[in-house]
Amino acid sequence: MAGSVWVVVEQWQGQINDISFEALALGRELADALQVPLEAILPGPQCSTLAGQLGCADTVLCADHAALAEPIPEVHAAALADLARQRQPRVVLVPATNNVWGVSTLLGAILGAPAVNFAIDLKASDGALEARCVLYGGKLETRVRLTKEPAIIGLWPGARPADQGRSERQPAVEQVPVSVPSDVRLRLKRYIEPEAGEVDLTREDILVAVGRGIQSKDNLELAEELAQALGGEVCGSRPVVDQGWLPLSRQVGKSGLTVKPKLYLALGISGAPEHVEGMKNSALIVAVNTDPQAPIFNLAHYGVVADALELMPALAEAVRARKG
Amino acid sequence: MHFLVLMRMVPDVIEELEIAPDGKSLDREALRLIASESDDHALEEALLLKERHGGRVTVVAPEAPEVDDLLYAAAAKGADRLVRLRGVNPGLGVPALAGSCVAALQSSAGLLPADLILTGAQTIEDLDGLIAPLVAFRLGLPYIGVVTAVTEIAEGKASVIKEFQAGYRGEFEIALPAVLGVQSAEKPPRYVPVAKVRAAMKSAKIEDVEVPQPVAQSLDGIEVLSMAKPEVAGRAEMLEGSPEEVAGKICELLAERGLL
Repeated sequence: MAGSVWVVVEQWQGQINDISFEALALGRELADALQVPLEAILPGPQCSTLAGQLGCADTVLCADHAALAEPIPEVHAAALADLARQRQPRVVLVPATNNVWGVSTLLGAILGAPAVNFAIDLKASDGALEARCVLYGGKLETRVRLTKEPAIIGLWPGARPADQGRSERQPAVEQVPVSVPSDVRLRLKRYIEPEAGEVDLTREDILVAVGRGIQSKDNLELAEELAQALGGEVCGSRPVVDQGWLPLSRQVGKSGLTVKPKLYLALGISGAPEHVEGMKNSALIVAVNTDPQAPIFNLAHYGVVADALELMPALAEAVRARKG
Repeated sequence: MHFLVLMRMVPDVIEELEIAPDGKSLDREALRLIASESDDHALEEALLLKERHGGRVTVVAPEAPEVDDLLYAAAAKGADRLVRLRGVNPGLGVPALAGSCVAALQSSAGLLPADLILTGAQTIEDLDGLIAPLVAFRLGLPYIGVVTAVTEIAEGKASVIKEFQAGYRGEFEIALPAVLGVQSAEKPPRYVPVAKVRAAMKSAKIEDVEVPQPVAQSLDGIEVLSMAKPEVAGRAEMLEGSPEEVAGKICELLAERGLL
């Protein structure tokens, strides 16, 4: 329906991603405020089998097309653009995940529509749409007004609790035809399973997480000693893995693991949104960083403004003394 | 093979970020700029591909404070051609920047054809779009982002590895020429000694390419209302003292929760 709020639902290996439910929760609030329907766009073959989970939406539009089976950005963007031209939504919420990275930008380019990234909130203000977006590694936020429609919103994880977007209600389901480009120059050859780590970090109660602040690979030894004293394991943020200091199997965050330990000790980690996504639900977060403005302190339960390299040996020693 | 790398300078977030008096943007006068991290990885991947397949690497970067350092460092690492884009307004947003870059690429400067255009998957200030898909769209080329390796180039196609989630990755085949948004290179960006950068400053030449038609388009359809530190629900309770004192306090907290 023209003027409706759209949420593009992302499925991964036959399951709907949590971020899609988060987007539905936010979309529901916005649609109610604007007094327009909330429509969930579900792309992919046999997508109607998943539609029943999307009761938060008034209607599920199933774009059941074989070409949408794989995450090819230009195909998904073209299909969404075709559908948007047919039905004229007011706003399109697109989850900002690696799987569909670039789709919201391409959709905006195809439609000549404004597209913003890294949004964590969206509301109607005096009849206009206003988004709040995270920039500069979580250090700043910007509020923007979208003055053209449709507005394309790349939604960052955590905008709303996923459970708020789940509903037992059965939505109306409509099959919608979409056209996709015929000359696609990108194809998926194979999926690659995660590298098996020597331990399953998602099952660990205590994680000692290191970031760029540990400065060099040699200093990992301090983190390993601390983890050993605590009875935990070492993991890290993206820069540490990119530097080759830790293997990919120990990366926590957007591309890596999502963990919920009883203790997450964040050492020299700034708290960029990509990392926070993977550890925000830890029961106890203690953060150590030299930068008092580091975004990790907005999330942590306890914080220390200090050099992790100085604190690690002292903490390992104190833990050992305590344990006898 | 010709590998073209688009690089940008971005604020160093280790430093304090000052808001401009208008309350809507960064005070760019007060900023220290560094190469965008994933752009640095894009350069590294291009250099690895040159070593593997032969050819040349061109680095193109919009004019910005300290951008000459970025370009000379790229030369010291092995880039063959250094191009500084002049006349790009950094305040106009990513779609306008992409338009400027594409106009320069298509100008008489002879930057195209390129077999692969590599740039970072994102920067920390990409509010209104990502440059890799925008450049691909404007050039009519295929695109893939969050790339972590280019494993093969043969018969007009490249095989690339892209990250998905939870450690899952995918191997894709993309027809050349193509645009890649690189998340991280196969190896960490190489270290280059200062002496080598100084030598490059003497031997390498930076070419200036004027953006042919200044792009007047602003943040089309997006009005920035404010920029500020995040609104936060809460903040950590801060522990203070010497490392030994703080260690003791953390031990207490862990003991209270049965974690010691």
